[in-house]
Amino acid sequence: MVMILCLLCIGIGIGYLCRRVYILRKLESTISYTIFIMLFIFGITIGADKNIINNIGNFGLQAVLLAVCGVLGSLFASYLAYRILSKKGDQNEK
Amino acid sequence: MKSNLIIIGSFLAGIFCGMFGNEDVVGYCADAPMWLLYALIIQVGLNIGANGEIGAMLQDMKVSVFLLPLFTILGTLLFSAMASMLLKTWNVYDCMAIGSGFAYYSLSSLLIVQFKEAAIGLEMATQLGTIALLANIIREMLALFGAPFYASLFGKYAPVSVAGINSMDVCLPVISRCSGKSIVPVAIVHGIILEISVPLLISLFCKL
Repeated sequence: MVMILCLLCIGIGIGYLCRRVYILRKLESTISYTIFIMLFIFGITIGADKNIINNIGNFGLQAVLLAVCGVLGSLFASYLAYRILSKKGDQNEK
Repeated sequence: MKSNLIIIGSFLAGIFCGMFGNEDVVGYCADAPMWLLYALIIQVGLNIGANGEIGAMLQDMKVSVFLLPLFTILGTLLFSAMASMLLKTWNVYDCMAIGSGFAYYSLSSLLIVQFKEAAIGLEMATQLGTIALLANIIREMLALFGAPFYASLFGKYAPVSVAGINSMDVCLPVISRCSGKSIVPVAIVHGIILEISVPLLISLFCKL
């Protein structure tokens, strides 16, 4: 985590200093390519794990249920947070 | 949408290659995600810096920013506990331990196997760990693919909350695209606080 924060700060710093360099403002596409490659390699490690592949039907459903519940819970909570926090923001502005 | 399809496609292609690929190749792939993640983070940083509204972003940092992780934790745990009613094998604390992974699949599954081994035996602990791994991978996928949908229906905090700890790394690009660049500090603080909470919550629920 420390590594990630450092890299992020270094990136922001360099990006800010070199913000007139045109290429740096067009990084969205290379970011997408990096994510594609990451997920491809991530897929390889999962596919090669026999323990996961053999049990995918057995555990997959339970995992889907738990994942969907986690996502629904976060959506519900973040919607509440959005309502509560942005209402506060409006009041501050007034 | 098109990039989402490519993401799903490359993930599935990877699984396929891993199932039938040469084992040497698989060995090389063990370290690559870490370097790719670093490359990704540098690019995200450069992109944020170069499109500079850093001043405006920092002004957006309020105390309320620190409340979002709390909402994410409570919402996830509440619904994970409800999921336990549908799963006969596992009790409410097992399900909450899996929910506490917040899409941090690698660490959460390892921790669950370690903490649960003494109480329920290695075999059951490994099963729970595998489910934790899959559930948290699926959560990361749902966060990556669904971000535009969540943002338009549930407000700008929703993609951050669903992404869990990934709001500070893998999901940061898609979050800033869907919720606006001003969300970036919120997403980073969210990721850091959740990352700290993962080991704490998992050890708590595994001991209950």
